[in-house]
Amino acid sequence: MLIQRKPSLTYADVTPKELYFNRRKFLKAMGMAGAAAFAGKNLLDIVSPPGGVHAGAKFTNLVKSPFSTTEKANSFEDVTHYNNFYEFGIDKDAPAKNAQKFRTSPWTVSVEGEVKTKRKFTMDEIQKLAPLEERIYRHRCVEGWSIVVPWIGFSFNVLAKLVEPTPKAQFVAFESDWDLGQMPKARPELAGIEFPYVEGLRMDEAMHPLTLLTVGMYGDSLPNQDGAPVRMVIPWKYGFKSIKSIVKIKFVAKEPPITWNLANSHEYGFYSNVNPNVDHPRWSQAKERRLGEIFRRNTLMFNGYQDQVANLYTGMDLKKYY
Amino acid sequence: MPSLLANKWTKVPIFLFCLVPLGVLVWRALTANLGANPVEFIQHATGDWTLRFLVSTLSITPLRKLLKLPDLIRFRRMLGLFGFFYACLHFLTYLGPDQSFDLAAIWRDIAKRPFITVGFTAFVLLIPLAITSTAGWIRRLGGRRWQILHRAIYISVICGVIHYYWLVKSAVLRPLTYAAIVAVLLLWRLGDWLIRRSRTIRTAAKTQRASASG
Repeated sequence: MLIQRKPSLTYADVTPKELYFNRRKFLKAMGMAGAAAFAGKNLLDIVSPPGGVHAGAKFTNLVKSPFSTTEKANSFEDVTHYNNFYEFGIDKDAPAKNAQKFRTSPWTVSVEGEVKTKRKFTMDEIQKLAPLEERIYRHRCVEGWSIVVPWIGFSFNVLAKLVEPTPKAQFVAFESDWDLGQMPKARPELAGIEFPYVEGLRMDEAMHPLTLLTVGMYGDSLPNQDGAPVRMVIPWKYGFKSIKSIVKIKFVAKEPPITWNLANSHEYGFYSNVNPNVDHPRWSQAKERRLGEIFRRNTLMFNGYQDQVANLYTGMDLKKYY
Repeated sequence: MPSLLANKWTKVPIFLFCLVPLGVLVWRALTANLGANPVEFIQHATGDWTLRFLVSTLSITPLRKLLKLPDLIRFRRMLGLFGFFYACLHFLTYLGPDQSFDLAAIWRDIAKRPFITVGFTAFVLLIPLAITSTAGWIRRLGGRRWQILHRAIYISVICGVIHYYWLVKSAVLRPLTYAAIVAVLLLWRLGDWLIRRSRTIRTAAKTQRASASG
């Protein structure tokens, strides 16, 4: 008789993912029962400590980063239920509902253009390119809200150096996945923007150590609604520059088109650096609402990363190059 | 149906029904169920309900004529006042959480940003209408003048829809839906007015002819 040994338990066995994604529903049900109507919020904090590491944490031995802010991170709940990811619907809570079945494995990222070594990376390969770091960044949306997120990844320049850009490479163009079968809402007439979502950075911006190729957050892989399996995070720029679910990275000679600029060039520029002194044509950018707070706080120049990145824009008129 | 509309108690359930959106917000607030950005949630909900109530108010006149239910008029004031009520809540979310009650900043904002300017205009226009919504004020102003004043709701609702349209980043479908409904309601009035006018002219002409031949 064959006696099978059970594999040892991992963290992932502690809380099945479906369960912890359904925590909110569960709490809601409790609220309905009238058990803890007023304790609701506190209960949530107990189950999901803001910024804490979660059951099922996949990444261990994360390198702490000097770029991390000491500000308190937002709750995992907030960061996973308030998303702009138009491929999965335009409402903030739509991606959390509509992205759950999105297949992120297998996944390849094609690196092309002005590089010596064009190649495709699997997610496994990407995650092994460099020691994974935890970087707690401020994230400011062009709409006037902000969050603090413990991302996981490494500087994009690691990947860039590996493929050896040629001198012709002046910009980097990024492209998101676009799969109508899995993203039925990713149509221009529904979302008001064109697909696939495209973004771009100037070469020096892309090579800046703050620019993060991101594979996870809160100790685990990226949830689908936050841009799984791999995305960019450029913390001194408005959130829409931090493109999600990347399938293509192309090094190019000319400034590449970017989705929001195509949708409305008057309102969204290629640079889109966080700047409290340059207003959106329709609203002020001087203040922002940090999720979890009631009143607005002042928005910082370059989202508080001025010391690190201001030199990238010396001599540039930031009102003109918004 | 007509007798139900005429019944004086019908207003009670309708009044309670109009409070449901507020009740939902309060319930969600108590159960920590307003999403990651509660202020925005309340702001959007109250803005949405303002438009819905104003559109409902505007649809009373066409409906009572098309369906031949004159008693519907009994609910128009209530719907309009609820529109104003939700507009007040909406405005409060702007005054407090958005602007921290900084009056100077608010004034600059209103003057500088078209989307705030139209929203504020829409709100301010509703104030005299709410004040003069009583029977006493109709008497004081006289029916004709009262009616002219209350046409300000047309401008208010148009401003409200523009305010919504200018707010959204790219998804214009929802504000455009409101725009389409408002357009239908206002065009119906225009059509109705033209028909009535031609009828008056014809009647006047007939009377004239009758007196001439007499």
